[in-house]
Amino acid sequence: MPIRVLVAKVGLDGHDRGVKVVARILRDAGMEVIYTGLFQTPETVASAALDEDVDVVGLSMLSGAHMTLAPLVVEEMRARGIMIPVVVGGIVPPRDAEELRAAGIAGVIGPGATADEVVAVVEAAAATI
Amino acid sequence: MSGIPLEPVYGEEGSEMPGVYPYTRGPYASMYRSKLWTMRMFAGFGTATDTNERFREIIRSGGDGLSTAFDMPTLMGLDSDHPMSLGEVGRCGVAIDSLADMKDLFAGIDLGGITTSMTINSPAAPILAMFVAQAETAGVPRKALGGTLQNDILKEYQAQKEFVFPPRQSMRLVRDVVSFTTAEMPRWHSISISGYHIREAGSTAAEELAFTLANGFAYVELAMQAGLPVDTFAPRLSFFFNAHIDFFEEIAKYRAARRIWARWMKEKYGATNERSLQLRFHAQTAGVSLTAQQPEVNIVRTAVEALAAVMGGAQSLHTNSMDEAMALPTEKAARIALRTQQVIAHETNVTHVADPLGGSWFVEDLTNKIEELAEVMFAEISEMGHGSMLEGCIQGIEDNWFQGRISDSAFELERTFNSGERIVVGANRFKEGNEDDSLDLLRISQEQEKEQRHRLATVRQDRNDVAVSEARQQLQHDASQPDVNLMPALINAANAYVTLGEMMSSLGEVFGRHVEVPVI
Repeated sequence: MPIRVLVAKVGLDGHDRGVKVVARILRDAGMEVIYTGLFQTPETVASAALDEDVDVVGLSMLSGAHMTLAPLVVEEMRARGIMIPVVVGGIVPPRDAEELRAAGIAGVIGPGATADEVVAVVEAAAATI
Repeated sequence: MSGIPLEPVYGEEGSEMPGVYPYTRGPYASMYRSKLWTMRMFAGFGTATDTNERFREIIRSGGDGLSTAFDMPTLMGLDSDHPMSLGEVGRCGVAIDSLADMKDLFAGIDLGGITTSMTINSPAAPILAMFVAQAETAGVPRKALGGTLQNDILKEYQAQKEFVFPPRQSMRLVRDVVSFTTAEMPRWHSISISGYHIREAGSTAAEELAFTLANGFAYVELAMQAGLPVDTFAPRLSFFFNAHIDFFEEIAKYRAARRIWARWMKEKYGATNERSLQLRFHAQTAGVSLTAQQPEVNIVRTAVEALAAVMGGAQSLHTNSMDEAMALPTEKAARIALRTQQVIAHETNVTHVADPLGGSWFVEDLTNKIEELAEVMFAEISEMGHGSMLEGCIQGIEDNWFQGRISDSAFELERTFNSGERIVVGANRFKEGNEDDSLDLLRISQEQEKEQRHRLATVRQDRNDVAVSEARQQLQHDASQPDVNLMPALINAANAYVTLGEMMSSLGEVFGRHVEVPVI
């Protein structure tokens, strides 16, 4: 069974180059990819993750709001009993990455990551289920 | 430095010169000999008071133009206390909710003596209204205000994705700003037609050029349809391009841009005023070229990119800071970025000769090739609009034509990075030293978000509710009349301390909202 991934943009950040490139990278690696489109909330992401029955949720964030919004997505999902791992990609400084892992984020993809690194982080997250 | 006397420009007798149609070699004859480019550093974070301090620091360091970065809620026309604003307030720019914030933003700065650029699009008209209201309260009349409003909504649907209203309703706001500033703000640039974001979203240089100029032609057609003679507004249109790392291609891009614009404005739109034909542009070095790995190397990338902008004849330039692949810049990083421009301007002597690469077989050929690629794309866009660039741009957005081209190019560029065909120092080659993460980064605390919400609550409490409700009713009334200019009602609302979010939701009730169908 191929890994199913929901990629999502949460909040007001419209930078969608990264999420689209990552979606194609994951698809080329044989995964099934669903893209939510822009301006999602923790609630809409949690619902989509459930409806689409995905193995991993990937959040793309480039505006600096990752420290606020990413943990809220995890919280919302866990509150509904959804245990799907969440990974974050974007402009995430190393120090923030550690805090995000502590807040329950399964993996972080920082700026400059290669396609292989992106695929590896998602595969590792999927393997935690 | 050897004492060889330099001519202001070089070229064969009878060949094209700078300052002469079609301006391939530059809009002005003497270029930087008579006026250096404006070192305009983009800044904004936290509350208006925080950004006001940064503005004053820029002025003290020798920056000579202000450029305002707004936070995401402001860019999307939402107040700081809106649920979607959570985590974004003051994060990647300054939060402006009402006239009160606009007053704090420019406190103690003489707006008649400095030019101010404001990078905002969907809510450009309400923000301009607040800016005018603020300046007039401080005693500076609108006709004395110099600066630029980005106000380029088409590229939002194509690339940056900060859209609120549907395309045609947004274009009505653009039209209203152009009509208003043409009549009342003679020193103001009504639109900064921007390729920067198209390129950052992943386009090629040729696509950046073609889409930007196509959008420019669309605005020209829009204003002409509104009854404005082309030479009344076209001199106040300006451009904003990316300065990327592919050195010669960037220079060719700027040269081709000037030539195409001049020719289309003259031949297709019948402009005769020289200033309508002269494309003038601001440039910013490429954010996407920066790496989080070994960030100090970004100073070198930025210097090379800035040099391309200068060799290409930019009128104004922002240089990115070395830490921007990770965060907003620290004051030190921003100062080094400004110093980079100052080294180019004052130490290298590249400013003595206009269009120093003109006549290079390579650069001339590259200029022609970029122009040919752009013309092919103009033909496609025009066909989508049945001969109208305005309709073609809107149709291309609705059909995801622009968005699809940009995504395809972004993915292709990523492919060459992953295969190693394209080397990015520190990211896919030469990684020794990547483990060093000693650079100090700017961290914006969540306190500023709380403080801004508190400031907004105070404004809501202190204002006259009757005046607010009357101003909103007037705004809605005017919005429902397509031929009425919305600027007077917006300025009236700004003066009544109607918040940005309230203005936008009043307009939204009439205009509706745009929803993008995403393509991967």
